Amino acid sequence: MGHIKLTNVTKSFGAIDVLHGINLEIKDGEFVVFVGPSGCGKSTLLRMIAGLEKPTGGELAIDGKVVNAIPAADRGLAMVFQSYALYPHMSVRQNLAFGLENTKMPKAEITQRIAEAARMLEIEAYLDRRPGQLSGGQRQRVAIGRAIVRRPVAFLLDEPLSNLDAELRGSTRAELAALHARLSATMIYVTHDQVEAMTLADRIVVLRAGRIEQIGTPLELYNSPANRFVAGFIGSPHMNFLEGTVESVQSGKAVAALAGGHRIELPVNGAKVGHGARVTIGVRPQHIAVNSDGSGIVAKIKLVEALGSETVIHADVAGQKVLVVAPGQHRLAPGTEMGLSLSAAPLHLFNDKGLRLDHTV
Amino acid sequence: MSRVAEFLLRRKGGKGWHWTDIVTWIWLLGGLFVMFGPAVWLVGSSFKSPAALAEFPPSILPYVTQKVTVEGYDKPLDLYEATLPDGRKATLAEVRRIGIVSQMVDPQKPGEIIKVNIGQRTPVRQMSFAMQNYSEPFTHFDFVRYLWNSVFVTVTATLITLVVNSMAAFALSKYEFRGRTFAMLLILATLMVPLSVIMVPLYSIVSALGLFNNLWGVILPTVATPTGVFILRQYMLTIPDELIDAARMDKASEWQIYWRIILPLTAPALAVLAIFSVVWRWNDFLWPLIVLSRKELYTLQVGLSIYSGELNVQWHFILAMTVVTMIPVVLVFIFLQRFITTGIAGTGLK
Repeated sequence: MGHIKLTNVTKSFGAIDVLHGINLEIKDGEFVVFVGPSGCGKSTLLRMIAGLEKPTGGELAIDGKVVNAIPAADRGLAMVFQSYALYPHMSVRQNLAFGLENTKMPKAEITQRIAEAARMLEIEAYLDRRPGQLSGGQRQRVAIGRAIVRRPVAFLLDEPLSNLDAELRGSTRAELAALHARLSATMIYVTHDQVEAMTLADRIVVLRAGRIEQIGTPLELYNSPANRFVAGFIGSPHMNFLEGTVESVQSGKAVAALAGGHRIELPVNGAKVGHGARVTIGVRPQHIAVNSDGSGIVAKIKLVEALGSETVIHADVAGQKVLVVAPGQHRLAPGTEMGLSLSAAPLHLFNDKGLRLDHTV
Repeated sequence: MSRVAEFLLRRKGGKGWHWTDIVTWIWLLGGLFVMFGPAVWLVGSSFKSPAALAEFPPSILPYVTQKVTVEGYDKPLDLYEATLPDGRKATLAEVRRIGIVSQMVDPQKPGEIIKVNIGQRTPVRQMSFAMQNYSEPFTHFDFVRYLWNSVFVTVTATLITLVVNSMAAFALSKYEFRGRTFAMLLILATLMVPLSVIMVPLYSIVSALGLFNNLWGVILPTVATPTGVFILRQYMLTIPDELIDAARMDKASEWQIYWRIILPLTAPALAVLAIFSVVWRWNDFLWPLIVLSRKELYTLQVGLSIYSGELNVQWHFILAMTVVTMIPVVLVFIFLQRFITTGIAGTGLK
């Protein structure tokens, strides 16, 4: 139940290729998040799994059965839409019942399933109201309720939290996680918000321009992004990238010179790095240390954002922008210089094509 | 009441009269006269006797000359206000008129004939409503029959119009298919073809289908209106596609999507089209006149034309029945104003 496999799935709208050969296997009960910038094809991919779009090529299988030709309603999936797509002329109860009535389910069972879902989502009090009379958060629950009563093999959620305000989004996110734990159903969740992806997912699928960039658990993606794009997309604030040139390679150790002339040792870990190769060194803002004595890499402070618990410093290292998140509060003035240290930081090494140089970590 | 007066008399110039105030008043009063005048004249005249209708100058309200029965005369005599040769004024009954001299008699003293110049007398008039203008067509003519035909044609045609047009609009707004825009443009293009152009071929078709002299022959050619398709399509375009996707996930058939999701959500536009359709079908004249040649099938508008014969036009009946046929349309306008204004604002049609 709820095992979904995509083999070489492609999608084109006319002459425009939206998805190029997607291969993906989603295990039963897994919470998978599709994440990527706008227009990367993540929603199209979800709609294809749902059956609302037909794949141009490739094969889509649910529980081992190829479903390419099976209409949306018969795939046993339920979808929660970004706009919730509740039927405005029906009461909440009718909204929940509509899908069940269409399957010719006996009335008693419909009533029982609605009652159960309403209790689970705490929407019992407004079962007889119209969607127009509900708040955003309530509508969202009803939309999830409409999916739950169907008892689907998998839930498909298309940016379900994007219409909620920040506070509600946080609490609903937690509820979704709890719901997944309780139902232990497969869930596929589409978002462009990497915080949602990190907090909810068992596995994250990062998409860009119709291609899968990387699949992995949230921490895999955070700790060893496969390329510059994933590295920049996962984590907030995004990773710093410093351009450098390899100066010396010696028995598993390499040293690169940064644009400003500063030299740092690279974590090659057995990867092949040629002398004189241009590399990009990625380092997360949280991992950069500010040297109180001003030694290390010299950076010019552009802007200081004091958040209380931490301080975000926008700095400039020889023409390259660098973000530093330093814990605690610091007295730093824009325009002055400070010293940065990368010695304790996990460094990510990418070649000139943006690919990670070592895949062992 | 004082607030109403204050509202009506409010002026831009504060205490004085700004020139725009004057223009506004003239414009509005002129508009009232031009728009409402004919309607008032119609209603007033529908109560006039044939003689009063022929009167010049015409009056708004139905007046007749008062009559009085005088001893010694068989017929009731017309009553006049006359100025006597000695300057006194008196109310006299006219016995007969010879040239410019009227022979009159005082109803109190019937024996004595008084001669008065016809320029010196004015008729004593009183308001009188000729109710027989209304009652006679109901009893002597097949008014109820015509009314039933009209109602049948209007209601049936409107219902079919709503169903057929909303189906076309659904397909044209929610399905992606090759030639969708072309189909829509083609439908809209038929707006430019007036009835008079297609009258003859349409007649051949209706006749070939055996619908000549049949109310369905009036109904069916009118049900597919480009205007209706356009109004409904534009409205349906505003219904989010996600709702239809949701319905598809909910195992709704295409028919259910149309019937249970799209139609209820299109209700405001359907109301507008229903009003238009009722007014159009109710006021239709030319096409029913062509298709229907048996009297018992006439709709009201065609039936009314019976009263204008070759030699004699019975204006008093025509006017009275015109008032009656106007009533449903007026009621529709009064009660559904809100929908009509949104409809006109949304489509630019009337």
